[in-house]
Amino acid sequence: VKQAVFEQARAERWQHFEALLDQLDGGRAAPGFPREYRLLCQDLLLARDRRFGAALVDRLNALALRGHQHLYGAAAGRVGAADLFLRRFPRAVRREARLALWIAIVFIGPLLACFWLSLRDPDFVYSVLSPAQVATFEDMYDPSAEHFGAPRQATDGVLAFFFYVGNNVAVSFRTFAGGIFFGIGTLGILFSNAILAGVLAGHLTAMGRAVPFFSFVIGHGAFELTAIALAGVSGMRLGLALLSPGQRTRGAALREAARRVVPILYGSSAMLVIAAVLEGLWSASHAIPAPVKFAVGGMLWVLVGAWLALGGRGGEAA
Amino acid sequence: MIDTQHAVETPEGVRLALRVAGPVARAIALSIDFSFRSIAYMAVLLGLITGFGPTFMTLMVFVFFLGEWLYPVFFEVLADGRTPGKRIVGIRVVNADGTRIRWPASLLRNLLLGADALPGTYLFGLASMLASSDFRRLGDHAAGTLVIYADSEPRALPGAKLPGASPMPPPFALTSEEGSAILAFGERAATLSPERRDELAGLAAPLISPGEAPAASLLRIAAFLRGGEPTA
Repeated sequence: VKQAVFEQARAERWQHFEALLDQLDGGRAAPGFPREYRLLCQDLLLARDRRFGAALVDRLNALALRGHQHLYGAAAGRVGAADLFLRRFPRAVRREARLALWIAIVFIGPLLACFWLSLRDPDFVYSVLSPAQVATFEDMYDPSAEHFGAPRQATDGVLAFFFYVGNNVAVSFRTFAGGIFFGIGTLGILFSNAILAGVLAGHLTAMGRAVPFFSFVIGHGAFELTAIALAGVSGMRLGLALLSPGQRTRGAALREAARRVVPILYGSSAMLVIAAVLEGLWSASHAIPAPVKFAVGGMLWVLVGAWLALGGRGGEAA
Repeated sequence: MIDTQHAVETPEGVRLALRVAGPVARAIALSIDFSFRSIAYMAVLLGLITGFGPTFMTLMVFVFFLGEWLYPVFFEVLADGRTPGKRIVGIRVVNADGTRIRWPASLLRNLLLGADALPGTYLFGLASMLASSDFRRLGDHAAGTLVIYADSEPRALPGAKLPGASPMPPPFALTSEEGSAILAFGERAATLSPERRDELAGLAAPLISPGEAPAASLLRIAAFLRGGEPTA
């Protein structure tokens, strides 16, 4: 078959196929599409095999690619939010339980060390933070302040909510992304956050502001600290995939690890949004007495633990 | 042929060729997106300052978060792999198997854009692209995605491009490579200057009929190869 004859014989069918594609693009049904697609694939093979002109082959290739995307790309299953957050997310976390334990140690170790150091030595805080930063934090956790626990500009709970979401989710994303550098970026961000939290807690405790500080952080901390640690888990999963890919290439190991931690990324982002609501409206509230905050905060920790430990149990195989 | 093509083998047994976009096209798309975002930031900033006064900065943190982290994800998933910048440049993101990109892949590649952007000048991303056969930055490696040229408009049938020439059979049998080179010449002839056409056609000296301009002669053979019947 010569190219001109071939083109003439098939022109109508190709036009029909393109019309079907346009229908699919517009979200309408296109009866007979799979069959037409397979016929077009044959035409493409034939055109290549006969070494017909590049313009024809390119055109058929473009049509086949569009068809391929409709046939194979479109019907990925929709995951409900409840299924994602209540089942898939906790399962994904439990799959990384050992790594999560290590991350907890990496996070809590420096935190406690810095807490102890700054409790013992009131000047230790200045070896980590500048005097201006220390003053800002002291001001933030001044129990008499109106803008309790937040930067001075965020006077309103709702404004504070947006600030916390924007800031904290970005930090968790950075913690994850840092994992691609063999985990170094992730560890660095976790370390610096642990040191900051430890120093701050120790310093404020030494100042006699332990109750306002801990009653402030305990509630949203259940979600916020867990979420940052989970972002650390997902980042380290990337780093470990590159460091010890096992029987696969580093690229394949990286892709597999990345797909594995996606539910954790969704889940930890959701936890940070919850934390931001609590932080803006509950933790920062003066109306709630400290004992209530401690009691509710403790329950929230139990709740988060139960969520991650029990969510989606029994369906792991599915 | 030297080309930046990535082949996808489909279940139908046909090999689809994806034309992979290189660092320059993608950098331009990135810059366009950057300027769009900057304009949006300015507008929001002005609105917030007039609306909220000194508390605007806390809301800007949220706006920056949306712009820097989620803008590319939303556009890539909802606008068929294209941010506005990519649309203007004519490139799009697809999965490495040629299918449309969805939330998990887009989220992964764009969260890792933060790592590609380091140290400040997208140096890691560029190094990763140059080190991989199909220009993948770190985020593309992790998400298993590619950035390809989008053939937005179906091209005209090649027949429309071939200058009309009376078909002439070649003086001897051609191999299929030779035939396809001559067909390609016929398709591209309209885009070349007459001098360049003759220069290129002259390379196929044994095929040129004596006393005829090289390009005219070769185009007649191309017309024959496409399927025209020789005229006496």
